Amino acid sequence: MGIEGVGARVARKEDKRFITGAGRYVDDMVVPGMKHAAFVRSPHAHAQIRNIDVTKAQAMPGVIGVLTGKELKADGIGNLICGWMIHSKDGSPMKMGAWSPLAFDRVRYVGDAVVVVVAETKGQARDAAEAVDISYEELKAVVDAPKALERSAPQIHTEADGNLIFDWELGDSTATNAAIKAAAHITRMKIVNNRLVPNAMEPRAALGHYDKAEDHYTCWTTSQNPHLARLVMSAFYNVAPENKLRVIAPDVGGGFGSKIYIYPEEIICLWASKKTGVPVKWVADRTESFLTDAHGRDHVSTVEMAFDKDNRITGLKVDTIANLGAYMSLFSSCVPTYLYATLLSGQYDIPAIHANVRAVYTNTAPVDAYRGAGRPEATYLLERTMETAARELGVSPAELRRKNFITAFPHQTPVIMNYDAGDYAASLDAAMTAADYAGFAQRKADAANRGKLRGIGMSCYIEACGLAPSAAVGSLGAGVGLWESAEVRVNAAGTIEVLTGSHSHGQGHETTFAQLVNQRFGVSIDSVSIVHGDTDKVQMGMGTYGSRSGAVGMSAVAKALDKVEAKAKKIAAHLLEADEGDIVIENGALKVAGTDRQVPWFQMALAAYTAHNLPSGMEPGLKETSFYDPSNFTFPAGCYVCEVEIDPDTGVTEIVQFVAADDFGNIINPMIVEGQVHGGIAQGIGQALLEGTRYDASGQLLTASYMDYTMPRADDLPSFKVSTSNTPCPGNPLGIKGCGEAGAIGSPPAVINAITDAIGITDIAMPASPSTVWAAIRGTKH
Amino acid sequence: MSEISLTVNGKRVSGAAEDRTLLVHFLRENLGLTGTHVGCDTSQCGACVIHVDGKAVKSCTMLAVQASGSSVVTIEGLADGADLHPMQAAFKEHHGLQCGFCTPGMIMAATDMIGRHPEGLDEATVRAELEGNICRCTGYHNIVKAILAASETMSSKGKVRQAA
Ligand code: FES
Ligand code: FES
Repeated sequence: MGIEGVGARVARKEDKRFITGAGRYVDDMVVPGMKHAAFVRSPHAHAQIRNIDVTKAQAMPGVIGVLTGKELKADGIGNLICGWMIHSKDGSPMKMGAWSPLAFDRVRYVGDAVVVVVAETKGQARDAAEAVDISYEELKAVVDAPKALERSAPQIHTEADGNLIFDWELGDSTATNAAIKAAAHITRMKIVNNRLVPNAMEPRAALGHYDKAEDHYTCWTTSQNPHLARLVMSAFYNVAPENKLRVIAPDVGGGFGSKIYIYPEEIICLWASKKTGVPVKWVADRTESFLTDAHGRDHVSTVEMAFDKDNRITGLKVDTIANLGAYMSLFSSCVPTYLYATLLSGQYDIPAIHANVRAVYTNTAPVDAYRGAGRPEATYLLERTMETAARELGVSPAELRRKNFITAFPHQTPVIMNYDAGDYAASLDAAMTAADYAGFAQRKADAANRGKLRGIGMSCYIEACGLAPSAAVGSLGAGVGLWESAEVRVNAAGTIEVLTGSHSHGQGHETTFAQLVNQRFGVSIDSVSIVHGDTDKVQMGMGTYGSRSGAVGMSAVAKALDKVEAKAKKIAAHLLEADEGDIVIENGALKVAGTDRQVPWFQMALAAYTAHNLPSGMEPGLKETSFYDPSNFTFPAGCYVCEVEIDPDTGVTEIVQFVAADDFGNIINPMIVEGQVHGGIAQGIGQALLEGTRYDASGQLLTASYMDYTMPRADDLPSFKVSTSNTPCPGNPLGIKGCGEAGAIGSPPAVINAITDAIGITDIAMPASPSTVWAAIRGTKH
Repeated sequence: MSEISLTVNGKRVSGAAEDRTLLVHFLRENLGLTGTHVGCDTSQCGACVIHVDGKAVKSCTMLAVQASGSSVVTIEGLADGADLHPMQAAFKEHHGLQCGFCTPGMIMAATDMIGRHPEGLDEATVRAELEGNICRCTGYHNIVKAILAASETMSSKGKVRQAA
């Protein structure tokens, strides 16, 4: 490892612009003639639109256009789709209801877009939006997923009878039922995974610009995957053909999944720009973000875990109802299925598993992948159940886990996944040592003397990252392939540009991707530029989510670097009149191994472009491309320990220590990896302690601002103790597993296990807010 | 519409703004100072923190006209030419930012915090003081570390200056 190479704690190149206020986010973009959009949104959770009157709004000062769903439809703009086909167990395809970017007949959740107003200023657009007169006939709404399945529930989409989108299963129900029947002990639980609002700090925004002269569109958007946005807007929403549509995702202020999807607003800004003849910018305010960003989680499950007389797990049966909200968002269907049930084996050797998942429509914001996506739900269910089982069986939670760990690899689970490598006992030991698990009893006694309830909880998670082998996901219903592309351009003077389909919105790719190049060629990271986020520059890519940029995106870069290296060595061998096989790259030069004959990197690059003296038949130039398709998922895993102290008088939970021991495979930049874990843990603790998304029975979102939705703040959290062990991933050239979601996956069950341990109860609802904890201590219902 | 004039990052500026225009919008839209961000509608996220007459202020919570006659410093005016302010340097050094969206507000709030605590800072104080700034990326761990480190640097610099 050099000072800038793989494994080095290099400070980030991209920081300079962010710490000086020079970042360029979508809302910072200004194009000549740009005007502003405001949306009129449904105030009702479920209603028939009777009439839309825009005459008054059209006459307001500064108004350029007031546009409705009827016009959008007339122009042939398509409905939004879900791109992952799931079949129910009876073989029928999922029931996808129509989602028009602008509702014209019926609205299905509070925040559904109905009319867009374009005006000179944002203020004028908002004023005019208030003057749009829409008459609605209110319908009964349902927000709770199990209730939406009841016969009396209102029907939300004609396409989905009884609001059931699919009724899907995975695993062997006969074997699982037999295991439960023969069990020496069964642990049964009802598990609720609370709905969360992702809350990237940068609100979603879009700027659409139609260039009449070129008949060409440009869209600046807050996206984690601009190429996918272009593909979907072009192929399915009929906005413009791909060659007439450029999508740019510049600096993006966090995503966490919520900026994967293509939302109505970016489509509408593009369409409205053509309609009105001016560039149109829209920026969500925070309440709009709460109402309309895709939410996360929202599962209600029952679980039965069977044990034999030696406390080995013999079977696991899970029944889950997943709330997908009012419309099926782009990847919504794969979250509670292939990203969830496939991880139900956790770190454990479980011979029989069966999961049944019903996905339902409700009159709430669409639900899709949020940091972890399905895997946090699986981990929470499993790790809460393990903890409860240990308590019921009267054994140590650590030892029950250890006894059931998978120890031989590769390991085929009964739910599709084939784990390639791991060392779960190593993470467990590391976490217990770091947490001084052995000293807990003393700390608990000390706390009791101070009148405090102290508890400890752990969670052993596994996730599947590195999404994903294209053929495998294709066979499971994915509408796209999940490879990644890279292009490495060596310039004539030796500096390098790496074009990648991955997108950085906080992950630090401009640094880590350059570290990879430094490792290979010895070129300083300042001489390497990472280009991403623009469909005109990078030909194609699948973007950043599912902790895939290291394992998949960087693997593509590594493959392209291989090709560059091969050609560079050929050129150097020719210049040095040596054998190609004898050339090594060291300290920024190509050398004949074992001699002092060398050609500096830049001189080799120059030779590639002057082409005065190249091996015969070789094309000039030095630029290589690679499309990398992973051969398997990667399986990061780890163990988290949380210790809490609760004030029984107030119900306030203090996290007194939080330990994370993760196995991420090889690591490019430990500083950045730790940062990812910190952020993930904060989100996980937020889910466990603070963040509750509440709709009232009529479908009004009660938590639609930071006044009502509790975001984790600095004084809610401790400093974290994080460490990594690094079992290299055998499935990709860099041995990387991925680290972006682990924190959010592993932490919620650790926190709740600690709280229930402190109070001495079986379960408590998330978020375990002070009032919920206070009520639990008193044994009263909150 | 009102005419307003103020000093921003050491320069006299003036312009017309609607009475309802927030200071943050005036800075971003009229002056093109887009380093100051808007992350919420309820004065809670702190992405918009700037200094007005030497005090940290949420610029989404002040009308542009109220700032007329004031002296404003934004994130763009914090560095001394090419030299980063110690707080900016500490955020980079300790990885106190990921997506960077909360960062300008964090840095402006943090420099103000140090000014208000001449006795020095500890972790509990920094965490309590950051109550008005939300970050979704970092879990605050490295932000706290960066602020404590900058506080050290700034006070040792101060001591050196005093000694000289
Ligand atoms: S934008 Fe000012 S506090 Fe959020
Ligand atoms: S760095 Fe992204 S919100 Fe703080």
